[in-house]
Amino acid sequence: MSELITSFWQTYNTLFYTTFVHGMLALSIYITLSCGQLSLGNAAFMGIGAYTATLLTMKAGAPFGVSLIAGGFLPAVVALIIGIPTLRLSGVYLAMATLGFGEVVRVVILNMEITGGSLGLNGVPLKTELWHLILVMGILIYFFIKLRNSRFGRILEAINEDEVAASVMGIRATYYKVWAFAIGAFIAGVAGGLNAHFTFFISPREYGFEPAVDILTFAVLGGTRTLWGPLAGSTILTILPELFRFLGPYRLALNGIILVLVVLYLPNGIINRDTFTNLRRFFKKEENA
Amino acid sequence: MLKGENITKDFGGLRVLGDVSFEVKEGSIFGLIGPNGAGKTTVFNIISGLLKPTAGRVIFNGKDITKRPPYEITSYGISRTFQNIRVFKEMTLLENVLVGMHRLFSYSAFSMFFDLPIKRSEEKALREKAFEILSIVRLTDKADLKAESLSYGEQRKLELARALATEPKLLLIDEPAAGMNPAETEELMEEIVHINGKGYTICLIEHDMKVVMGICSHIAVLNFGELIAEGSPDEIKANPEVIEAYLGKEEQSA
Repeated sequence: MSELITSFWQTYNTLFYTTFVHGMLALSIYITLSCGQLSLGNAAFMGIGAYTATLLTMKAGAPFGVSLIAGGFLPAVVALIIGIPTLRLSGVYLAMATLGFGEVVRVVILNMEITGGSLGLNGVPLKTELWHLILVMGILIYFFIKLRNSRFGRILEAINEDEVAASVMGIRATYYKVWAFAIGAFIAGVAGGLNAHFTFFISPREYGFEPAVDILTFAVLGGTRTLWGPLAGSTILTILPELFRFLGPYRLALNGIILVLVVLYLPNGIINRDTFTNLRRFFKKEENA
Repeated sequence: MLKGENITKDFGGLRVLGDVSFEVKEGSIFGLIGPNGAGKTTVFNIISGLLKPTAGRVIFNGKDITKRPPYEITSYGISRTFQNIRVFKEMTLLENVLVGMHRLFSYSAFSMFFDLPIKRSEEKALREKAFEILSIVRLTDKADLKAESLSYGEQRKLELARALATEPKLLLIDEPAAGMNPAETEELMEEIVHINGKGYTICLIEHDMKVVMGICSHIAVLNFGELIAEGSPDEIKANPEVIEAYLGKEEQSA
């Protein structure tokens, strides 16, 4: 029995780790979405974080914790710099600008020597352990719960619902949007650092257009109204392709089909704000019946 | 208290406001009236900083606020409501008012994260205050409902409460009676007089002359972007130009 568990873990621990990382990425886009900003730059921020953390570990021999935190800070600083001009844009224009930024980052990484160019970096020390992931995820969930019932959470939501009305309430929308963007970049960067230290290998193509869209998909599928939505979305979309491995290459089409179904029938995502209230009501009715 | 000096606003080639000047006296209820499309809301948008005038200045308590952004103008003590209600629909009534109280909060993100006593006491005190503000418009019993569940008239009241929460000296109210029945309108007008009695200066846009006549001490009339009359309600009522703007030119009739 214990052998079975060991072999199961050996086969699937990467999947398990990846689920955590994807969850963090989903939360990184959730914070910008929760103030109404569609940013597609989070894959690039993840890349900046991954390379920063990896280079610090490999070339400078920095302790893992230092690498991770630096891998969060650098993307956050970049986000503050590019956020100030771009967050005056809205909707699809911001999406375009951040997508363009992502390409810039990818091309820069591709052409720098220290990053190993298109070959990427090989032999990243395996330092990420399960408890690191659980700890970081725990902190994130705690942060988002605290945020929701604070003045900052209300500000983000007000900006999301009606930016003009929020500004007339004395809220400096751009300021908070830039911070939300930077916090998202920080989370994505840390996720990138954690990810790099268990995949052994990183290359620029992992942080390009496709992962940028994947991250958005996590949030859209799960719902962007509560923090549990993006987490549910990322978990489903990470684990499902493994469950349907027998479908071979077609299994990725399944993700597409699920996304279409959710957008059509649950436009607010799998988990929206009323989900928990409705569930509670449902179970109460059962009891009464 | 508030002065508009020769305000002109063009949208492209279209002149929406032409050389409009007015003054709102402290403690008064000032009425800005005129037919649809006269430019009343544009005046509000310029005062609150959502639009910049093509020419002219807005002076508030001796300070030129013409080029200031909306959040800054709010901090000087001007707040407003919108003609097409803009409450935060997915938030509760209490949260709506708390957003309005944005400037009164001071705790940091650090104290938020660690749930420090300063954060808890501030939230508690300001929540109580938000309740008080809701009680001004008699909505405390619905404090925890989402704003979208309110009736039209209640949403207007909530918007008023939210505007009061910013602790304004001057309150700009844009067509509060739009879409209300006569009974609701009357109740609302009493509400506005009541708020004025608490020391808030009020500037009111209204489309319906009757509504305004009863409560305003001073009225300005806009028509096609031009100020055509100004004065006390009685003067306005007797002004032939105003009558013409509202009813059309009088022909010889019985």
